[in-house]
Amino acid sequence: MSYLAPGSSSGDRKPPPVIALRNITRTYKMGDSEVHALAGVSLVIERGEFVAIMGASGSGKSTMMNIIGCLDVPSSGRYWLDGVDVRGLDETRLARVRNRKIGFVFQSFNLIPRTSALANIELPMLYAGVHAKERRARALAALDLVGLSSRAGHMPSEMSGGQQQRVAVARALVTNPALILADEPTGNLDTHASDEVMNVFESLNRAGRTVVLITHEPDIAERTKRTVRLRDGLIISDENTTRGPRRAEMGAAR
Amino acid sequence: MTILLYMTTALRGLSANKLRSALTVLGMLIGVGAVILLVAVGNGSSIAVQSKIKALGTNTITITNRGRFGRGPATTGTQTQAATITAADVKAMSDPNQAPDILSVSPVLSASVTASYQDASTTVTVTATSPTYLPAEDYTVEAGRSITSSDVASSAQVAVIGQTLLSNLYPAGANPIGTDIFMTEGKNEAQFQVVGVLASKGSTSGVDPNNIAIIPYTTAEGLLTGYTNNFKQIIVEAKNSTDVNAAEAEASDILASANQTTVANLPFFVINEQSLLSTSASTTSTFTVLLGAVAAISLLVGGIGIMNIMLVTVTERTREIGIRKAIGAPRGAILGQFLTEAVLLSLFGGLAGVAVGLIGSRFKIVGVKPVATPTSVVEAFVVAVAVGVFFGFYPANRAASLRPVDALRYE
Repeated sequence: MSYLAPGSSSGDRKPPPVIALRNITRTYKMGDSEVHALAGVSLVIERGEFVAIMGASGSGKSTMMNIIGCLDVPSSGRYWLDGVDVRGLDETRLARVRNRKIGFVFQSFNLIPRTSALANIELPMLYAGVHAKERRARALAALDLVGLSSRAGHMPSEMSGGQQQRVAVARALVTNPALILADEPTGNLDTHASDEVMNVFESLNRAGRTVVLITHEPDIAERTKRTVRLRDGLIISDENTTRGPRRAEMGAAR
Repeated sequence: MTILLYMTTALRGLSANKLRSALTVLGMLIGVGAVILLVAVGNGSSIAVQSKIKALGTNTITITNRGRFGRGPATTGTQTQAATITAADVKAMSDPNQAPDILSVSPVLSASVTASYQDASTTVTVTATSPTYLPAEDYTVEAGRSITSSDVASSAQVAVIGQTLLSNLYPAGANPIGTDIFMTEGKNEAQFQVVGVLASKGSTSGVDPNNIAIIPYTTAEGLLTGYTNNFKQIIVEAKNSTDVNAAEAEASDILASANQTTVANLPFFVINEQSLLSTSASTTSTFTVLLGAVAAISLLVGGIGIMNIMLVTVTERTREIGIRKAIGAPRGAILGQFLTEAVLLSLFGGLAGVAVGLIGSRFKIVGVKPVATPTSVVEAFVVAVAVGVFFGFYPANRAASLRPVDALRYE
């Protein structure tokens, strides 16, 4: 049953894993030579996990992020996203999959310029065909979740980097996706703003969301529950991250 | 996404670079405005020419005898065919039984004479004719009266004079009615009482139609040497403009049978004002089409301007396109967004162009009063919007075809 992702046996009722990669390769042609950005990666991420994918630049982590995010397709291997085999999906279907199943957070925030925070958050629902009234309500709720209710009408240029990134997180979660995929979300932020954004991710994960971060900062990776390390297009380690004291404190404080 | 959302998104995109958008709109404005204005100028000059021709009398047929005098069948050999137009022919043509489509027939004898009043004298065309000549030739009497049938019957020595003759003979402001003028041709001299003054009338030829004195044709006998009961010219007026060709046929038939020949062999020039009008109409419409075509080129240039600016916009906003695609914008949504921007540019340009074209056509341009036609306005506007769609499609399609990975990486 190729439709079902590995790890989901037909017997139990467990939901399919959010991400199931099997022998993924991605080869780019650079002139005459071929570059193997990913050289055969297999990875399963279950619902509710909080994962950091780490690696130096050139390790293949950006390619991995593009493939997980359905922005790029693998050269070979198979990928099930939330139980859906994305192989062979055409452009329109891939766009729909991105819209329904993935919430993106980018390093450079990537809000639409000259468009208010609220309108930015409404955008994915616009493409999903959600009615105006519901859009507005859900966007306001998402903005509240990231603690920026008072900034609804602000333009991206009127907000700090940390605030913009929190708006981006709100935009990512507003469609209630299976996966929140963040590419170096704190790369352009100072320590304080990074901390705020990571707090948002942590609370989202506590609420049951699957969050995957791509990062090269160890202290960011430390705040997740699982760290996958890439080098030269291959996974070199995959470990449960030790819970830091800070995490325990926060847990207790709740 | 609904149309309204496309519109607001597109407006936001356009307002991001107001000067650039305004200049692109200006390009379309000039194109649309030029089409409307130039077609209006062509149309206006056409109307002006036609009204001048109509001033000559549109329902009239002018029959001029170019043959030698003398009645008889067409002669053989190299001799010119001879035929005449007599008073009997005029009477036959005036008979509604024989010529049902003819309203009136005016025999015309014209000669250049010297007219004098007190110390002033001038050369004038004297036209000896019947009262029906005036309406047939669109002459109107401004003061006094016209010549009448009783003037014709009694060979009255009366004259109706044109504005040029009036100003040549009389001091400014003088009332000529009731005064006597003398007309001299060779040895003949006659005295005429001025009974009326004609209103000024337009002309298409170089001849001044206002340098005229109109007298009853019966009076010409003693004055003009050419008077031998053979009219050099007659003016036939049809009952209405649709009957002109029928009236021409009836008049020709009467003349042909009177001269015992066929219509084809009649040595007469027949000038039908209706055919003159249709010839001029086709000439001026060619002229209008030419003007419109030249203006349409600027519309095309405006369209290229839209395409150019949209290509720049798509390149500048590659990253935005990447973001939109990443969060799930389907191809059609991106295509629609940028196509809407292009169409809005052409729509604004079209509306402004219509306004400018209509305002501009209220002024006289190179002596022509432009007349804007609703067709040209609607066509120019529709073509402008179509140009926006056509030239906007390529850039919009380019935006929609971008791969999200490449678009997001674009700096």
